[in-house]
Amino acid sequence: MRKVAIIGVGMTKFGELWDKSLRQLLVESGLEALEDASEKRTLRGKDIEAAYIGNMSAGLFNEQEHLAAMLADYTGMTEGNRPATKVEAACASGGVALYNAYLAVASGRYNIVAVCGLEKMTDLLSGSVTDALVSAADREYEAFYGVTFPSLYAMMARRHMHDYGTTLEQLALVAVKNHRNGYYNPKAQFRRLITVEDVYRSPVIADPLRLLHCSPVSDGAATIILADAKTAKKYTDRLVYILACAQASDTLGLYNRKDLTTMESVVSASKVAYETARLKPKDIDFVEAHDCFTIAEIMAYEDLGFCEKGRGGKMIEEGLTEIDGEIPFNPSGGLKAKGHPVGATGVAQAVEVVLQLREEAEQRQVKGAKIGMSHNIGGTGSTAVVTIYGRDV
Amino acid sequence: MDFSPSREWREINARYRLESSMCERCGRIYYPPRDLCPVCRRKSIGAMKTITLPRRGEIVTYSVIHAAPLKGFEGRTPYIVAIVDLGGVRIQTLLTDCEPDEIEIGDEVEAVFRRIREDGERGVIHYGTIFRPVRMPKTSVHAH
Repeated sequence: MRKVAIIGVGMTKFGELWDKSLRQLLVESGLEALEDASEKRTLRGKDIEAAYIGNMSAGLFNEQEHLAAMLADYTGMTEGNRPATKVEAACASGGVALYNAYLAVASGRYNIVAVCGLEKMTDLLSGSVTDALVSAADREYEAFYGVTFPSLYAMMARRHMHDYGTTLEQLALVAVKNHRNGYYNPKAQFRRLITVEDVYRSPVIADPLRLLHCSPVSDGAATIILADAKTAKKYTDRLVYILACAQASDTLGLYNRKDLTTMESVVSASKVAYETARLKPKDIDFVEAHDCFTIAEIMAYEDLGFCEKGRGGKMIEEGLTEIDGEIPFNPSGGLKAKGHPVGATGVAQAVEVVLQLREEAEQRQVKGAKIGMSHNIGGTGSTAVVTIYGRDV
Repeated sequence: MDFSPSREWREINARYRLESSMCERCGRIYYPPRDLCPVCRRKSIGAMKTITLPRRGEIVTYSVIHAAPLKGFEGRTPYIVAIVDLGGVRIQTLLTDCEPDEIEIGDEVEAVFRRIREDGERGVIHYGTIFRPVRMPKTSVHAH
């Protein structure tokens, strides 16, 4: 397998982008990534040999399928009739698109590949958004009984609190931290500081989770350009390498898991990623994690190996995952503050990791970051993608 | 979106009677029923026996949905969704005949047959098996 580098990144602002269409978001993030990659020589659209697009459900959100064709058409890839592929794995769609693009370059099939993550959720009214999102769970045996995504994570949270004594305050601190980081991210949906009391005062969505435990409904797109090491150096000297990228699966339904407080897919994907990169958790300088709900970040601390099972609540309480802590989590603001256009998230996480490793993250920069990680979840952990990145090594 | 009634009809054995599949090779039980044991795989073909789950079990975890309910559940908030353990097999369900502050993880529950929701005025009425705390009077018949 060849070494794979990320040579360019682009991302739209995340948020309720009423004036922008699905295709406009796609093109905006793509153009930014092309510009970003053109440091030493211009990367042209026609230099892209293949593209992968991660999207959860434009079919339900926008009544538009066949996004791969839209991507090829609107970015000019039809000029060479280049292949474009849509990848779907619920909220891990972006991460799985990245994984497939990584394989396509590492294997030697292509030298330059684009990966786009895209979701436009606000075209659908909020009542219907809940229904669209729950299609990432088991429709006939979970959603049939009125289950929503907040309630699935609420059931994990309640069990985590029951088994390990995790507290509501610890959960709230995750949201407070991620809002603090997002405050410094110009592309974040929420640039607003919140307190633990704000979390307690926000309306209950699915007990024990309140509104401020939940990531928002968002629009947005992110694009990254991958290239093999040799090709990459022709375009830029600001290289970030993918040291490992691993994907894993678990049951579709949460109810079928033996342990509701562990995502085996995350444990498995991270084990492969650490082995491939020949690294250990202590070697990782920061993590962009999938905090779709606050409990998900606490479980990520544990499942990625940064603490023992059940100690996740203590990690946030002791400040270990703050931006200046031992292992910063979500310097971007995470899904909670940056926003969570579901299919875009896995790619947006890669964008943030690249900016951090290039030391271009300005006020939210993790000092001396050399090795970064991203953690992207689909559904209740039915799919997980864990990726490790490193500066030029 | 409008769906054919066959979508509902083909699931009724599992939903009404808690029919499940037991792999006769390894003894594992799956709910909803499966045609293939994911552990024994090919060797399980033809060896998946239909059995019904126990109608009593205990609460593994639950959540009370106060806001952002699914379509068809709008008038029902707050409602309680739960994962219950029925003799080692876990299923997703709803809890009924109780208030949120009356239940805890580990409480014993029993199955009741109830209307779940309707697809509008002219659509299919969905029924299924949901659960209530065993301490509740068994004569309770009102739909939630």
